[in-house]
This record gives sequence, structure tokens and C-alpha cells, in this order.
Amino acid sequence: MKILTKLFLIFIFVFPNIGFTNEHLTLDKAPIDLHDQASLQRGAKTFINYCLNCHSANYMRYNRLKDIGLSDNLIKDNLLFTAEKVGEPMKIAMNKKDAKVWFGANPPDLSVEVRARGSDWIYSYLRGYYRDPSRPTGWNNTVFDKTAMPHILWKLQGDQKLNEEHHTLELVKPGTLSAKEYDAFVGDLVNYLTFMSEPSKVKRLHMGYYVLLFLGLLLVLTVKLKKEFWKDIK
Amino acid sequence: MKIETKIKKNKGGLMAWVDERFPLSSLITDHLTEYYAPKNFNFWYFFGALALLTLVLQLITGLLLTMHYKPDAELAFASVEYIMRDVSFGWLIRYMHSTGASLFFVVIYLHMFKALIYGSYKNPRELLWLFGVAIFLCLMGEAFFGYLLPWGQMSYWGAQVIVNLFSTIPFVGPDLSEWLRGDYLVSDATLNRFFAFHVIALPIALLGLVFFHLVALHEVGSNNPDGVEIKKNLDKKTSIPLDGIPFHPYYTVKDLIGVSVFLIVFALIIFYMPEMGGYFLEANNFIPADPLKTPAHIAPVWYFTPYYSILRAVPPILNSQFPGVAAMGLSVIAFAFLPWLDKSKVKSIRYKGNLFKRWIALFVVSFFILGYLGTVPSNVWGQFSNTIPLIGGVDKATVVARIFTITYFLFFALMPYYSQKDKTKPVPSRVSYK
Repeated sequence: MKILTKLFLIFIFVFPNIGFTNEHLTLDKAPIDLHDQASLQRGAKTFINYCLNCHSANYMRYNRLKDIGLSDNLIKDNLLFTAEKVGEPMKIAMNKKDAKVWFGANPPDLSVEVRARGSDWIYSYLRGYYRDPSRPTGWNNTVFDKTAMPHILWKLQGDQKLNEEHHTLELVKPGTLSAKEYDAFVGDLVNYLTFMSEPSKVKRLHMGYYVLLFLGLLLVLTVKLKKEFWKDIK
Repeated sequence: MKIETKIKKNKGGLMAWVDERFPLSSLITDHLTEYYAPKNFNFWYFFGALALLTLVLQLITGLLLTMHYKPDAELAFASVEYIMRDVSFGWLIRYMHSTGASLFFVVIYLHMFKALIYGSYKNPRELLWLFGVAIFLCLMGEAFFGYLLPWGQMSYWGAQVIVNLFSTIPFVGPDLSEWLRGDYLVSDATLNRFFAFHVIALPIALLGLVFFHLVALHEVGSNNPDGVEIKKNLDKKTSIPLDGIPFHPYYTVKDLIGVSVFLIVFALIIFYMPEMGGYFLEANNFIPADPLKTPAHIAPVWYFTPYYSILRAVPPILNSQFPGVAAMGLSVIAFAFLPWLDKSKVKSIRYKGNLFKRWIALFVVSFFILGYLGTVPSNVWGQFSNTIPLIGGVDKATVVARIFTITYFLFFALMPYYSQKDKTKPVPSRVSYK
């Protein structure tokens, strides 16, 4: 009986960790820090300047950027390109039918992309582009083979070449950013995408402490209450 | 008679006024303060109360979600994100509901396991057990219907797979599955009816069944870890069970500890790992449903995976997948037959012999291994070498799933045999309590 109980408890705790099979792909760890507001703001700027033309973020309102330290006026003056008011979501003008014809695939809405793909995937993907003349865009990707998206950030990163033997990427023509700067640039962008995929996450993590503290006290009280009541049961 | 005496006790006042019109005092005494429960309940006896708590939490959070959710194929996915972002504490309500669904199954499985080890389904509690099995079936339906509502890829394709199971039924299958979907494939019509079932039909059925479950429980009284009927040892003067204690306040205060611990686990998940590594909320379900794009790997949520494994393990017979579907159905329904399969003289595992203990252990192991295998593709461990006769070239995981599917069913099928043959220990006349 004791063994059964133990078996059960072990399984309950081990359960979440077993069998989580990832694709056979080594992804680089994205530098995610949801408390680094400067990084999130840089990422938001990059997102709105580079991504938010083909990709929408339909579930994200501009004024939610206040969560990362921006003000209504800062948003209005610097970032509000695809909407009239700060309360509107980050929609785009391109329609889906045209997009399908132009790119062969519809650029996905990026509101919750990090929750679908993972931040590491996007971080590695945006750093995994290499020249491939056989592709219609001239670019291919080590993370997403035959990706339909052209390398939007190529001027910044420069040209990479795939070393077929070692399956590694080599920078053949440097861009305007150094390799290190480019990694940081993409890191900020992915950090922002992570924030955008769940804007209430920081609040959630913070609130958890208070809830757990309260429940911890409740547990102490209930244990004492039970002991008091059960004193006379023999 | 009873009501009259109660009224005499509370002369005058609001309570008397109510009691003349509604048996409030006698309900409280009959079901709380003078409802006698065995005093030796252990860890496993927390889960009944916790199941009730989870039910209430799901009803409340579900009600709040319904206020903002839109059951429309065009709007459903966006409305869930609206809840997560724009509704005040919407994220909390949604995570409570999604985590609550999984924890409901954790609690129910532990509650059922208690019945299994202490023989709580045995005479005179057969109906109590059958109501419980009906609740379990309803809960599975409720979870299945609810899972379509976020309208993500997993929602969509999971529903597609499950509804298609009905199409394997000989003769009527294809028409039946079309009738269930209301369309040729899972669509807006399906979403609308699933929503109706999820928020109206099944919750009402669940509440009704839970009520009957409790009525039956209070009629026969609780079993306990010793499997001794406390009603057989009554105090001669008061005719109160000697080993019984009033449910209130003793078990209400004890259950509060269970509630506190449960809420701590609940809060840890909600606030720090709401996706539970992809087990409670799948990554794929953050991609809106796309009828043209089938995901590479479709798996149900963890609480269905043991049955899903059984479905996959049974090979098609005469080009029909129906045997697998039938086996899956049977693997769930099998629980209903336990009161008549168990021929043991004793109820509790404490006084059962090694034979029974070994079979329960085998069953638990099978359940977990099948559960695990249901979450992964069947080629997860690769194939057996072609040189091996019979199983050459077959997926290793499929062979393992077949072995444990057989074990799962043998636990039930052989129970009349091994429960009779088992060497039981003598049962004490009173419960043991230290």
C-alpha cells in the first residue's frame, strides 16, 4: 500500500517532465528578461518598424505598451503607424489573399507566436538565414527549411553562407551590425515578442507570491483548527 | 417526526419560521452535524470534497468566461485572447478554468483509485459507484466539448479525430459522425453545438448526478480504509455508530486542510506554470484552427491518453478500425462492472492478499505507461529490427502499448478469478484508529 502511494506521488511530480519531445533541432537560448524595460522598448521599436507591415498583432493594443514603460504620447509620436488611436490593436493593411499570392504563404499574426513556437525558436530562426539562390527569395533558413519569409533584417546581419559539411553558418559579407550587435538586436525583438504573447505575465508572476503567502497562512490556520477540534477523538 | 422535534428545539425565531416551511434544521442535522462518518479517513478521503470544490470553481470561472467568449469560428480564438488581455483578471479566470479542468481529472482519478483500493464499490455501495462512473463519463464529455472552444489547432484536430471515431461504427458510422458535427467537417456548426453541450447540457447532468451520488452516499454511509461497516457497531443508548464522528465539524475542518493544500498546488500551476510544459495548454493550440493544415502530431490532453493509447494499440480487423474504438469505449466502461467483478470477501486492500495487490499495481503501471504513450507519436522509440519474427518492423511503442492494453483488460477480466482465490486476512470488527 505504501509503495502504491509512493508510486502515485512520484508520477504526479515526474509527469510534467517526461516525454516532452522536441524536434531534433538545437535551438539557441533567447535572452529573455521581461523586467528589462529598455530591451522591451527597443524590441517594440524593431517590431513595429520591421515586422508590423506583413505581420499583424491583432490581439495587441498599442496602449498596452504602457506596460513596458511607454506613455500615450511616446506611442503616438513614435510608434503609431498602422492605427489612428492608441487604444487600437496592431492591425495591418495587407489583406490575406494578396499576401498568399505575394509570398506563397500568409504571414502569421504574431500576437501569440512565442506561445506557439517558443522564444528560442524565433531567436534561432531570425539568426538562421543564409544565401540560397535556389529559393525564390534568395534566402533559406537552418531552423525553418524553405521558409517563405525573405530575410528582412539582411542589411543589419549581412550575408551568411551555409557550410554544408559542418552544417554551420559563416558570415561572408558583414552587415551594418556586428554579429554580437545583431544577436542583441534580435534578442530585444524576441524579448518584446515574448512580452506581447502574454502581456499580463509579469503581473501574474508577481501576484503569485501574495496568493501563495495567503494560502500558506491559511494552511497553518486550518492545520491548527483541525488539531483543536480533533483533540477529543480517540 | 424528526422535523417536529427539531422545531421544538428552536422555539420561535427565524429558524422556526423557516423550519415550518422548509426542513432546514433537519437537513443540517441529517447531512452535517448528525451525519456520522468513520473516524479513520486517511489521505485518499480528501478527494471527494476536492472534486466538489473543483466542480464549483469550474462552474464559476466557466460562467465568467462565458460572459466574454464568442462561440463563432471567426471570433472564438480572438475572444479567448481578448479574455487573456483586455478583460480584468481575464487571464486569471482563464488559467483557473484550464488548470481546473486538468486538476479535476487528477482529483477524480485519485478519488476513483481510493474506491479501487478500499473496495468502496462493493455491496451496499454499487449504485453510489455507478453514479460515480456516470459522473466520470459526463466529465469526459464536458472536457472534450470544452476543449474545442478555444478553436486552436489542437482543439480543432482533436475534435476531428474523436468525432471521426464514431464513423468507424459499422453501417451507421459515417452518417452518425456527420450528424454529430452538423457538417462534413468540424466547423462553426460543430463549435456552436459543442458550446451548448459544454455550458448547458453537461453541467446540468453533472450537477444532477453529483446530487444523486451524494444522496446515495448519505443513504449507505461512507466506506473507510478498513472496509468495516461502522453501522454494525452502534452505541446501545444513542444508536450512533461507535466509530463514527459527526461530519461537521470534524470532517469540515479536516477537509479545509485538504482544500488549503489543493489551492496551493492550484496556485503554483496557475501563477508559475499555466501551460504545465504543454500538458495543460498545448503550444499548438496558440495557432488558430486551420482546416487545411493537419498538425504533424495530434494527441489528446493527458487525461484521455491512456484510452487513446488503447485505441491505437488495437490493430484494425477486416480493414475496420472499429475494434480499437470499441476497446477504448470498453476501457472506460469497464469501471462500471467492478462491483460484480470483485468477488473478494473483504473490501479493503489492507486485508486483501498479495494476488490482488499485485494486480492493482500492474493496473496502475499499465495506466501510467499507456497514458505516457498516448502523449507521444507511436514511432517514438523506433522500430524492432526486421530480423525478429512476428514483431519485426513494428513500432516498439506499439508493441509495449499492446502488452499494457492486455494487462489493463486482464485486471478487470480476471478479477472474478483472482479476487476469489486471493488469501485474505481477517477483518477486525472495529476500525483501526491511532
